Amino acid sequence: MAWLTKSFNSSLGKKLLMAITGLFLISFLIVHCGLNATIFLNDGGVAFNEGAEFMGTNPVIRTMEIVLFAGLLLHIFDGLRLWLDNKKKRPVAYAVVDGSANSKWYSRSMGLLGTLLLLFLIIHLKHFWYFSRLTDDLTEAHTLYNEMQIVFQSPIVVVIYVLGCVSLGYHLLHGFQSAFQSLGWNHPKYSPTIKTIGTVYAVVISATFASMPIAFYFHLIH
Amino acid sequence: MEGNLNLTLKIWRQKNTQTAGKFETYQVSGISTDMSFLEMIDVLNNRLIEEGDDPVAFDHDCREGICGMCSMYINGRPHGPNRGVTTCQLHMRSFKDGETITVEPWRASAFPVIKDLVVNRSAFDRIIAAGGFISVNTGNAQDANSLPINKDNADDAFAAAACIGCGACVAACKNASAMLFTSAKISQLALLPQGQIEAATRAQAMVAQMDEEGFGACSNTGACEAECPKGISIENIARMNREYFSATFSSK
Repeated sequence: MAWLTKSFNSSLGKKLLMAITGLFLISFLIVHCGLNATIFLNDGGVAFNEGAEFMGTNPVIRTMEIVLFAGLLLHIFDGLRLWLDNKKKRPVAYAVVDGSANSKWYSRSMGLLGTLLLLFLIIHLKHFWYFSRLTDDLTEAHTLYNEMQIVFQSPIVVVIYVLGCVSLGYHLLHGFQSAFQSLGWNHPKYSPTIKTIGTVYAVVISATFASMPIAFYFHLIH
Repeated sequence: MEGNLNLTLKIWRQKNTQTAGKFETYQVSGISTDMSFLEMIDVLNNRLIEEGDDPVAFDHDCREGICGMCSMYINGRPHGPNRGVTTCQLHMRSFKDGETITVEPWRASAFPVIKDLVVNRSAFDRIIAAGGFISVNTGNAQDANSLPINKDNADDAFAAAACIGCGACVAACKNASAMLFTSAKISQLALLPQGQIEAATRAQAMVAQMDEEGFGACSNTGACEAECPKGISIENIARMNREYFSATFSSK
């Protein structure tokens, strides 16, 4: 198995790991976003709570939750490793860099965007994952939907969530198409479609997520 | 003369690899807009020599945009503000009168500065030596058309082979990555039937050498492709990824 570790520790292998874990997290976001979007049915959270109940009790989902955390930690670990490696490669910095002339700022700032996302994620997990999985506060009288209503009454929390979603949007805007390139999937037939899907995905996911705390704060859903 | 430029140059001066460098500011006047950037530096160097100063050391050879020797990082971009050209093909009409131009060497730990704007790019040679070759029989060359090659593959191989190894990709990359260079050198052989014999080991050997030389990983920003004077596509990097991983899983 030494050949496999050697390959995954090469500069190309680290990127492959980034791509695989990234695409896995992208697939998770579709489920997460789709389920949460049921709050817009404006049914008092009935559909949402049913979904949350299923996600919290189904053994397959609970197992996947462990895989999800493993994937997330791998993505973070690999990202940190790449960042530490890469910054050593140019010991003397340029005095003048015209980065916007040749690339997008967010493609050059994936480490920074990822760090902001991690900070957001800690707050986010504390709000909802900790509440629903590690405390006994989740009851029929105090559902996850009720908890969302309470949490999103704070304007500071809403601002943090919207900023988190903006970071997510830019991270995905580069990350989606970048993952395919790292996997070697660059083809004149497919790449334009991948780029379009990536852009639509990044905008739809981040905008849908961002609209949730805003909708609760302004009592657009009850 | 009308239309001539007066410029302020901030040029990186560094005695050798061991000593730290710093910027020196020079004024040049009466620069013709028809001069190339290197000819403008020649004018400055003539004056420095006349004044008994050390001229600015810089790499150059053909001055036709085909050898890949010139390597100046001008105003924050490798080979300056224009796309698809090397520094020798950059003309002074691309600059404005009174402008301050900052000139730096390629900066990468794998490209140590030898002097001033000259960097050591022998890391590229070692990457090629690690696997950028094919096995052929000696003796008479066989008939040119005896090996049928798909036209698309021939075109892509030729486009990859246009790489002149100047190192602008490394200079432009935020990670000082040599992926575009290495992938072009892998692609030009991987696309052709002659390159199949070493296909399983080539990508592995060249990537290993690339990592050992201290080049960074790829962030897929596309800066290398945008700054490459020969327009080498990052499709080559994707091909290198495919070659490398298929070799990882299939080689013995």
